[in-house]
Amino acid sequence: MIRRISTRQWAFHRHAWKSVNRTLSSGAEAKLAGASIEQGSADKQRSESNLPVHDVAIVGGGMVGMALACSLAKLPLTNHLNIAIVDSNPALQNGQSIKKETPPDPRVSTVTPATRALFQDVGAWKYVEEHRHAYFDRMQVWDYTGLGYTKYHARDANKEVLGCVVENKVLHKSLLSCLQDSGSQHKLYPLRLSSMHLEPASASSHHGSLAKLELSDGNSLYAKLVVGADGSKSRVKELAGISSTGWKYSQNAVICTVEHMEENRCAWQRFLPNGPVALLPVGDKFSNIVWTMDPEDSLNRKSMSEVDFVKEVNRALDNGYGPRPKSQSFGGASPFSWLTAKNTVSADDCFEIPPKITKLASERMVFPLSLKHANSYAKKHVVLIGDAAHTVHPLAGQGVNMGFGDAFSLSNVIAEGIAVGSDIGEVSLLRRYESDRKPANLTMMAILDGFQKAYSVDFGPLNVLRAAAFQGVQSFSPLKRNIMSYASGEQRFPLFS
Amino acid sequence: MIPRQILARARSLARPAGRSSQPANHYPSLEFHHKLRTRCYSEAPLPSPAAANPVTPVSPEPPLVPVAAHLPAADLRSKSSLNEAELKKFAAISETWWDADGPFKPLHAMNPTRLAFLRSTLCRHFGKDPCCSRPFEGLKFVDVGCGGGILSEPLARMGASVTGVDAVEKNIRIARLHADLDPTTSSIDYLCTTAEKLVEEQRKFDAVLALEVIEHVADPADFCKSLSSLTEYSGATVISTINRSMRAYATAIVMAEYVLRWLPAGTHDWSSFLTPEELVLILQRTSVSVQEMAGFAYNPLTGRWSLSDDVGVNFIAYATKNRE
Repeated sequence: MIRRISTRQWAFHRHAWKSVNRTLSSGAEAKLAGASIEQGSADKQRSESNLPVHDVAIVGGGMVGMALACSLAKLPLTNHLNIAIVDSNPALQNGQSIKKETPPDPRVSTVTPATRALFQDVGAWKYVEEHRHAYFDRMQVWDYTGLGYTKYHARDANKEVLGCVVENKVLHKSLLSCLQDSGSQHKLYPLRLSSMHLEPASASSHHGSLAKLELSDGNSLYAKLVVGADGSKSRVKELAGISSTGWKYSQNAVICTVEHMEENRCAWQRFLPNGPVALLPVGDKFSNIVWTMDPEDSLNRKSMSEVDFVKEVNRALDNGYGPRPKSQSFGGASPFSWLTAKNTVSADDCFEIPPKITKLASERMVFPLSLKHANSYAKKHVVLIGDAAHTVHPLAGQGVNMGFGDAFSLSNVIAEGIAVGSDIGEVSLLRRYESDRKPANLTMMAILDGFQKAYSVDFGPLNVLRAAAFQGVQSFSPLKRNIMSYASGEQRFPLFS
Repeated sequence: MIPRQILARARSLARPAGRSSQPANHYPSLEFHHKLRTRCYSEAPLPSPAAANPVTPVSPEPPLVPVAAHLPAADLRSKSSLNEAELKKFAAISETWWDADGPFKPLHAMNPTRLAFLRSTLCRHFGKDPCCSRPFEGLKFVDVGCGGGILSEPLARMGASVTGVDAVEKNIRIARLHADLDPTTSSIDYLCTTAEKLVEEQRKFDAVLALEVIEHVADPADFCKSLSSLTEYSGATVISTINRSMRAYATAIVMAEYVLRWLPAGTHDWSSFLTPEELVLILQRTSVSVQEMAGFAYNPLTGRWSLSDDVGVNFIAYATKNRE
């Protein structure tokens, strides 16, 4: 892909290279999807001092990397920073528009109210609103044994919505538009990172305190700070020698878009013997499926016919594996009626049946699940954000929210550093970002991992305990409120507020 | 606010006539009087150092290997508030200025907090926008006792034209080398000299900063006089130091030097500390009025410093030079 683009634009850019390079070093503004895309001209004659120098080099222009760029462009103390974005993804260059008619992409994110507030702050949410997005104000969680269920309503936590499901490409495009409109100094390098020198050997001249990045076309650039936003297989993490701890779950997630008869305003999650299946509204009559299962099953379900798959999904969401839970009523015959306190909130708390799926609306994608956490987020001149720092499985759609949290925290730490004249590559400054985010991320990871473990065992007594937990949460509203505000990203530590 | 109380207390102490039976211009506190008298030893001639000419221009790539610590040049000694023993102490550890986990770790940890105070007070003083990334553009600052430049560099990044001054030549060399690593700090003018020398050269600055320095000088009164002479009329002077309190003895000396071993033992001499009241008085005599004071509070859980109203241990004072 990159190769094709390179050859197409080669002739034009080869000519423009020299002037581009000159304007660059004087810090001239460069637009992303436009004329000044730097291309692979290997002018070996250039001396070291002519290499472009950036304040921040963001490696990985995905959602989290772009969120950082937007936030830096927005904050008054950081909007002067000269930003480089290193990413070979063609979507960053050709500002293709997203058509409303096409069915939603299976790759979606659940945006929590906290993340939405951050998007509103940087001015990116208005672009999201121009595209398809789906708010949900209810959430129903139950399991296949039929022993218990929990229903969350936004109004129980005095909120309008619990979250918003947005396609990843919409989030990405919105951040890109927001960055382009900000008028900040940023430059796209549509290349990959091949190597990185954090302590340049030649401590001569003025580049001694900069990190040097070598790109896949043989060119290099300098940056005061390198941000690894390049996902779970982060090259930056690898080159910086930052190790991580984690494990693979022997599970895969099958992800796809489905269509149903009526509009959906509720997020559904049912725990099955082999893992949870979730149905998230994505707008119109579409919903997104995230279904966790054994790797073998996942390959079967990917290759089976569409009709069979739809049948399987409906079985997983409703009539398969076990009975429906009985709707709770006051003083009913529920085995957990002793848990039912008087302050049960919603009247319409009774169990609902999820919408019946009629059609598969996208390809089926399979992802292996893993959990990975970088042992350190920061080193001199290097910092990791998003999946590069932590990978979680998509159980509650928290992964990208954690990444956005990282991006906005890092931009604030950089702004604080600039306010007191710090070198933005200084490790003592970057550790502040780490100490801000690590506890929050680890807590969330522990919760998600605990969920994963609790539901990956199919064992009689444990099933009853699980059901009791559901019932307990369903009946005890302060706990419910706490869980909700935690899941919506507004609280750091659950239950301790 | 405590700083205001201290100012009031200091002013009442300074009030000469009426309630005080002592004549004007005499310090009301006997202890303080004694202190000023014991501080005259810098006038004694220094042992003539072997390397009498340390002010040689800095070579492009001076060796970083430890050179025997130079004593201050003989020509610096003539009239100076320097304290010889203190200079030796700093020359011995100057290699480690930029090691954030080395002997200067507490200073590195405290640096953002002192800079936050400087940013807010000086932006207000010079009428600059605090939301700007380089608010001190166009202002001339001098960092007296700059050491390895850990204050000078952030100030330069905030836009100031900084002159860094230190009497230890090795410090200056390390500061120069480090500042050259970053284009935004390479403009700092580092000089191996003293405040007194700059006064002789009739240099003037918009802001004169002497942070964590006054406790290491031989004669604080003389030192403040030099700082005052370096400050433009209606310019700013900022001084930070450690209070001569029992708590300061317990924290800055016993804890920091002996228990936690943050600082080499003997870094600070408690008897040479100044109380906020004394600092206000000394500065007042050199027509510099303290406008605002703040204390530094250390949070052992986060390992971070923050500004507080408690000036019991570490404190910082922002003062303005009066028009005459």
